Amino acid sequence: MSDITRDDVAHLARLARLAVSDAELDMFSAQIDAIVDTVSKVGEIPDDVPPTAQVVPQTNVVRPDTVEPSLPRDVVLAAAPAAEEGRFRVPRILGEGA
Amino acid sequence: MSWDTQRSGAGPVDSELVSLDAAELARRIHAREVSSVEVTRAHLERIEAVDGPAESGVHAFLHLDADGALAAAGAADRAIADGGPVSPLAGVPIALKDNLTTTDMPTTCASRILEGWRPPYDATVVTRLRAAGLVPLGKTNLDEFAMGSSTENSAFGPSRNPWDLTRIPGGSGGGSSSAVAAGESPLALGSDTGGSIRQPGAVTGTVGVKPTYGTVSRYGLVAFSSSLDQIGPCARSVLDAALLHEVIGGKDANDQTSVSAPLPPVVEAAQAGARGDLAGVRVGVVSEFSGEGYHSGVLAAFTDAVRVLGELGADVVEVSCPSFAYALPAYYLIAPSEASSNLARFDAMRYGLRVGDDGEHAADEVMSLTREAGFGAEVKRRIMIGTHALSAGSYDALYGKAQKARTLIVRDFTAAFETCDVLVSPTTPTTAFAIGERSDDPLAMYLADLCTIPSNLAGNAALSVPCGRSADDGLPVGLQVMAPALADDRAYRVAAAYEAATAGSAAGPRIPELRALETSR
Repeated sequence: MSDITRDDVAHLARLARLAVSDAELDMFSAQIDAIVDTVSKVGEIPDDVPPTAQVVPQTNVVRPDTVEPSLPRDVVLAAAPAAEEGRFRVPRILGEGA
Repeated sequence: MSWDTQRSGAGPVDSELVSLDAAELARRIHAREVSSVEVTRAHLERIEAVDGPAESGVHAFLHLDADGALAAAGAADRAIADGGPVSPLAGVPIALKDNLTTTDMPTTCASRILEGWRPPYDATVVTRLRAAGLVPLGKTNLDEFAMGSSTENSAFGPSRNPWDLTRIPGGSGGGSSSAVAAGESPLALGSDTGGSIRQPGAVTGTVGVKPTYGTVSRYGLVAFSSSLDQIGPCARSVLDAALLHEVIGGKDANDQTSVSAPLPPVVEAAQAGARGDLAGVRVGVVSEFSGEGYHSGVLAAFTDAVRVLGELGADVVEVSCPSFAYALPAYYLIAPSEASSNLARFDAMRYGLRVGDDGEHAADEVMSLTREAGFGAEVKRRIMIGTHALSAGSYDALYGKAQKARTLIVRDFTAAFETCDVLVSPTTPTTAFAIGERSDDPLAMYLADLCTIPSNLAGNAALSVPCGRSADDGLPVGLQVMAPALADDRAYRVAAAYEAATAGSAAGPRIPELRALETSR
């Protein structure tokens, strides 16, 4: 098996900002271990094969550097979970007393 | 409430209207034999009759916009009455997969994290089909964020296969495929990352096309795996798919991966193919797509389809693509890796759900609580697998090797297309499986995309066209036709020739008994 442990999954969940439950940790660790074991088959491929990241033969596509209209602020903020004074309102970013 | 009584005074619904191909509907609308409003109303009534309740109906739609549809239909009728030029599909209804942004309808991706979200802009494909006078009916169900092969991962419950309501309609685009198969919409849009248009097409007896990567703009498609995602048409005929393909395709400055090459002449190819001559076309049968895991009824239908292609004049040869054995493992590393990055945007700050914003929790805790509450199990699994594959200790052995596998798969296609004009295979190893049969076993679910994934990794064109029904269970089987990048027209020509040759035979009908669904409520 791929040796993905419950602790590994807890670590991945923290990195991915997922507050998973204990029951989920049990389920996910077994499933992810089995899936990673299966997909590890790609390890058979020789190292000297070049990688392919994407299949469109073009790079560094940019548009002309001209100012164009943006989405109206009120339209964007209308979809926000919380807004105040024409801005996104977010929870505190630093810890207590910071 | 029965089908007929709910239409008080309007007379019996013209069930013919909801079973016609889009091309024929367009012809009648443009000749003013029937109005777009009448056609649209017939489809809305059909949806009313078969789509609900969510617990037992087809459940293709997550959101219906009857008023908007009738208004768009009225506008199409006026444009036609004015006598000006209208596009070939003007006035024809269409359903949109709910991962395409729409300003006038919610876009949820079948996820709690986006429940009720109203996007501030239309996807480019939506802008184009509105401009062409098509009539959006509503938004269709999918596996959450298009991650799945059955729609069972939808946060709002699965869609059901109109051929057998106890079975899956494929996924992730099972809402679009079941809407088209059930006569709820003549056309739909889907998105195909590993088979999410073609596999639902195969198991519902409809046509599904994944165009060449980069030829249909992804602007406004909520990103799952950006190097694989491709929007494409769902339809009941090859010509209908081609007509829709030409409406949505072409260069778009808003998508950096959009290619400048002219769109392949897919409508012309579908029309040419329908004349039935495949003389000199070299068709390669991929030998890796058979054997263990394939239903005998699927293989029998496929073998018969290959025989038909030979009778139409095609030169059929067998080709080997040994690296396709790495396609499924590579896909289930690349797609989750890209997803883990793409879905980081759901941070509870700018749009969508926010949980735990009570003054006690800091922003990163709100983020974690929101993502925990808002994402379903498959989405969490894939985010964590992607996070693992991209982490420092695993990158070379997992994500890096998956990219190397992608190179080998591209090389296999390149070699095969040196001797073949198109490649063919069954679209899926099995017919539609039962709802619940694979939902607790992610790896079993992943096998549904075995034959479709290679074309996403290589970026070439591929489609699924109905090829009869399995002798095992009477359920639809799909024939996959793959063509080189930017040669989508070849796949259309071969599929249209096959479709024309089998019309009225065992390969049809392509939609199930319409009345049967109504009484099944």
